[in-house]
Amino acid sequence: MTPPGKKRGLVRPYVITDGRAHPTRNTLDLVTLVIAAGGETGGLSPEKRRVMELCRGGSLSVAEVAGHLRIPVSVTKVLLSDLVDSGHIVTRSPIPSAELPEPQILQEVLDGLRARL
Amino acid sequence: MGSVLASDGVYLPDTVQTAVKLLVVGHFAVGKTTFVGTLSEIRPLRTEETMTQAGALTDDLAGVPDKTTTTVAMDFGRLTLNDHLVLYLFGAPGQRRFTQLWRDMTYGALGALVLADTRRLEHSFDVMGLLEEHGLPYAVAVNHFDGAPVFAEEELREALDLLPETPLVTCDARDRRSSTQALISLVQYLYSRNRQERA
Repeated sequence: MTPPGKKRGLVRPYVITDGRAHPTRNTLDLVTLVIAAGGETGGLSPEKRRVMELCRGGSLSVAEVAGHLRIPVSVTKVLLSDLVDSGHIVTRSPIPSAELPEPQILQEVLDGLRARL
Repeated sequence: MGSVLASDGVYLPDTVQTAVKLLVVGHFAVGKTTFVGTLSEIRPLRTEETMTQAGALTDDLAGVPDKTTTTVAMDFGRLTLNDHLVLYLFGAPGQRRFTQLWRDMTYGALGALVLADTRRLEHSFDVMGLLEEHGLPYAVAVNHFDGAPVFAEEELREALDLLPETPLVTCDARDRRSSTQALISLVQYLYSRNRQERA
């Protein structure tokens, strides 16, 4: 039972994802950047339409999509990877974890932080 | 909702191509959320994940199987560093039982800043152990709390059992400059490690 006053979705997460716990692709990370690519949204589920509405405004990370829509990250990944599959969303890949980050990236992070002092 | 999201600064500039992340970790009430909030250019966001834990004894009236759920929250913020690079800061709890969350968080992370409190230094061991298991380099920042004991650096290093190369700084999570400085110490360390490993 949902306690009164708690603003939650009306359905449980697995309903939103058609019972699936895992996304169709494993390339989505918390900081993968996503943006709407267009396409007809009429046939999409209400949750996917909400994702599309949000992502139409510009680039956001997967974590931000989850945070703005108040959907768990795991569910957000399932929705987003479906939308990537259907051509509604395009991604920009994050840095893969197995490799050391490029020194140039770390240098840029350092410069960016120093500029804020 | 649309009007809120349409306001300035919600979305990244179109030119941003690369996103990197750093973790801000530590025990309960050590100041993670404050730290992320101080530095973030957007209102910090929170995601919640429901974790199911099997096996706990519960007396559920509906007679549902003996499972309990815990909600684990993760606060995060954003700093656009230049026209093509954005840094995300994820503040997350140090509990060992959230394995999947830790895997997700550490994947692709550059490193972590461990926030510590001199009133309960021993509470930081768990999270440092977790970072070591995940192979994520870290620096330690002692968050200053009014009235908390102040120790000499050597004492702190010994109490936290830090490697000689692990940076140890003090910061005030409420202060932007001080928090930025703590992140700079971490990234400087990551940079010099990276150079050594590539050499």
